[in-house]
Amino acid sequence: MVAKFDQNDDGVVVIIGSGAGGGTLGNELAQKGINVVILEAGQRHEYEDFINDEWASFSQLAWTDNRTTSGSWRVAKNFPNLPAWIVKAVGGSTTHWAGASLRFQAHEFKTLTTYGHVPGANLLDWPITLAEMEPYYARAEEKMGVTRTGNRPGLPGNNNFKVLKAGADKLGYKECHTGNMAINSIERDNRNSCQQTGFCFQGCKWGAKWSTLYTEIPKGEATGKLEVRPQSHVLRIEHDASGKVTGVVYADKDGKEQRQKARVVAVAGNSIESPRILLNSHSAMFPDGLANSSGQVGRNYMRHMTGSVYGVFEKPVHMYRGTTMAGIIRDEARFDPSRGFVGGYEMETLSLGLPFMAAFLDPGAWGREFTSALDGYSNMAGMWLVGEDMPQETNRITLSSFKDKYGMPVADVHFDDHPNDIAMRNYAYKQGMALYESVGAIRTFPTPPYPSTHNLGTNRMSENARDGVVNKHGQTHDIKNLFVSDGSQFTSGGAENPTLTIVSLAIRQAEFIAEQMRTKTI
Amino acid sequence: MSDHNHGHNHADTHHHAHPAKPGFSRRTFLRRSSEITLAAAITITAGGALLNESEAWALEVKALKPETMKTLILMARDIYPHDKVPDRFYAIAVKAYDAKAAADPQFKSMLETGIAGLDTAAGAGGYVGVAWEAQRVALLHQISSTPMFETVRSGLVVSLYNQQELWPIFGYEGESYSKGGYIHRGFDDIDWL
Ligand SMILES: Cc1cc2nc3c(=O)[nH]c(=O)nc-3n(C[C@H](O)[C@H](O)[C@H](O)COP(=O)(O)OP(=O)(O)OC[C@H]3O[C@@H](n4cnc5c(N)ncnc54)[C@H](O)[C@@H]3O)c2cc1C
Ligand code: SF4
Repeated sequence: MVAKFDQNDDGVVVIIGSGAGGGTLGNELAQKGINVVILEAGQRHEYEDFINDEWASFSQLAWTDNRTTSGSWRVAKNFPNLPAWIVKAVGGSTTHWAGASLRFQAHEFKTLTTYGHVPGANLLDWPITLAEMEPYYARAEEKMGVTRTGNRPGLPGNNNFKVLKAGADKLGYKECHTGNMAINSIERDNRNSCQQTGFCFQGCKWGAKWSTLYTEIPKGEATGKLEVRPQSHVLRIEHDASGKVTGVVYADKDGKEQRQKARVVAVAGNSIESPRILLNSHSAMFPDGLANSSGQVGRNYMRHMTGSVYGVFEKPVHMYRGTTMAGIIRDEARFDPSRGFVGGYEMETLSLGLPFMAAFLDPGAWGREFTSALDGYSNMAGMWLVGEDMPQETNRITLSSFKDKYGMPVADVHFDDHPNDIAMRNYAYKQGMALYESVGAIRTFPTPPYPSTHNLGTNRMSENARDGVVNKHGQTHDIKNLFVSDGSQFTSGGAENPTLTIVSLAIRQAEFIAEQMRTKTI
Repeated sequence: MSDHNHGHNHADTHHHAHPAKPGFSRRTFLRRSSEITLAAAITITAGGALLNESEAWALEVKALKPETMKTLILMARDIYPHDKVPDRFYAIAVKAYDAKAAADPQFKSMLETGIAGLDTAAGAGGYVGVAWEAQRVALLHQISSTPMFETVRSGLVVSLYNQQELWPIFGYEGESYSKGGYIHRGFDDIDWL
């Protein structure tokens, strides 16, 4: 029943990556009767194989192939070869992700119009609006079973949420609840409801949290139209003399080069790998890489303004019990430059286990000030601050002089905070610390950003070909049968966690690709 | 070298130092350990192993000098001091360095040279002879930008805190899937708000 396509079959759509974007696009196309091959660099681990142990799970799922870093961000100092915490496995980062699923606000599709010119920022309006996205958001929420949408109940609040809520009430925040989570609050879609295990970041062993690994992919496979090929690391995309793409070259599990022909290629390797593949596909015809006539491939790398606040209380919290991120305050997500910055941020519950807390609370720190914080672990509550960061042309992915085991140059990730990012982070730290102090925190910790989990913007959408890499359908401006299907399409980042928008765009893109194929435009 | 790379060694850190007397309970060693001067209780046997009688464990040393291992254990505690944590866990945490030194002569010489330097800076009696933690920490600050210090520290942050037996001391319960999650085990039991 599961399809198996010939490598010389030039009628298939080849998708690179099986995460939020690629996995969704693959299933959507297969449901429409289109033949699809998904090439995925990582292995396939089914959800029974996930491990309730932070480092062991990290070794199982995370992308640990070498990357390099530069720029003034602290991650480059503490984790020079780990700029991002994302996944290399079937299902992509939807195995690791926490499930927070929020729609963008209307003005976040129009940042240049709303914020005006911000020095140093490369702001641009999206070529689509919230109104155009709304039907697709609704379909994505239905697909993913997002709580508090479509009559689905919210998740119950855990201890960490209760602390957040008590503080929100004290500070007068109005919009605080257990989140819009792509986690089953009731059994649904042949999947369990959440058992409050607390290892959402390690892959949900109950299958309660949506991941393309056990939703989109098996559904697509059941049509007989989708083949997922794990341990297939794409090295470059090839084109013909007319400039149309014709297939991709990948390394198989033994490191041997293989070629899969294609009618259409869609890149969905996440915002570091997708531009790396396009840049590495340079040719005599496209010396700067594919789809790069604008010079924007790899630029405008965004990672969200992030930071965390942990508070230690007199009495136990046990924040690690239950869903990792089912708690949110949305009041600060608004546009309100009177706070000293443009854009907004969300405050979301977050918990790390002891091993990750030790590694990430204050990377590199040691001595009693640090360890006495860990001594308070069971009395700790935690929140993540996630907001819109400014796209900057100089924050970018380039090909490094280091090569991976296949001889492909690794990605270098360059990042400097924009002054707006710093102003927002400092403001958010202050609010987060005040919140915990209002409910009796003895100590609070403004914790620096982790390696990036939200990677965005490196093949951005634009109305005009000169300003970006893809159009409103994720189709590259330069090459008709080449698409980008992941978070690298984002023109700007919004305050919201990105995956719901990635999935909505993939559903929308599938309609477009199917129509273009039907009319033989591609 | 980034912290995460040590994660691949996580399996090593689950090993125990050999208990010299089997069957002591966690409660007794926790009580005992708070009564004694930690790390000072480690002696070196004629055979070159480390012995902590009050905590009832012994540790064989393969490649490094036993004295170096003893210093590393104290250095580990000074880097990540937790008064409730017995020496045993620090010993397990640095054990991997001995194993690595056995396989990698360059690594071995970096550690031996680094520790020798620390001992020299400490004066007569060496690092372990310095009585106050604050004075030892001052010595560590002097070397905190050396590759030796950073290697030891960045490895420790995984090899110390990734020991499952250590987690209950911090109130972290670890794996929960096999117990059915926390849905019936207190995910929302907070009662003091
Ligand atoms: C710990 C964590 C928590 C998160 N929590 C949330 C959350 O609560 N809400 C939210 O919205 N988002 C969250 N995210 C982010 C979310 O996971 C990502 O936004 C989303 O998965 C990105 O989708 P994507 O399709 O761009 O890439 P991914 O899902 O990362 O998929 C990319 C896939 O492409 C593969 N690939 C890369 N290069 C190649 C190549 N050359 N050849 C073949 N395959 C390749 C990769 O192996 C990977 O499987 C979280 C992420 C992490 C890590
Ligand atoms: S808390 Fe819920 S969603 Fe998270 S891993 Fe456990 S069962 Fe899955």
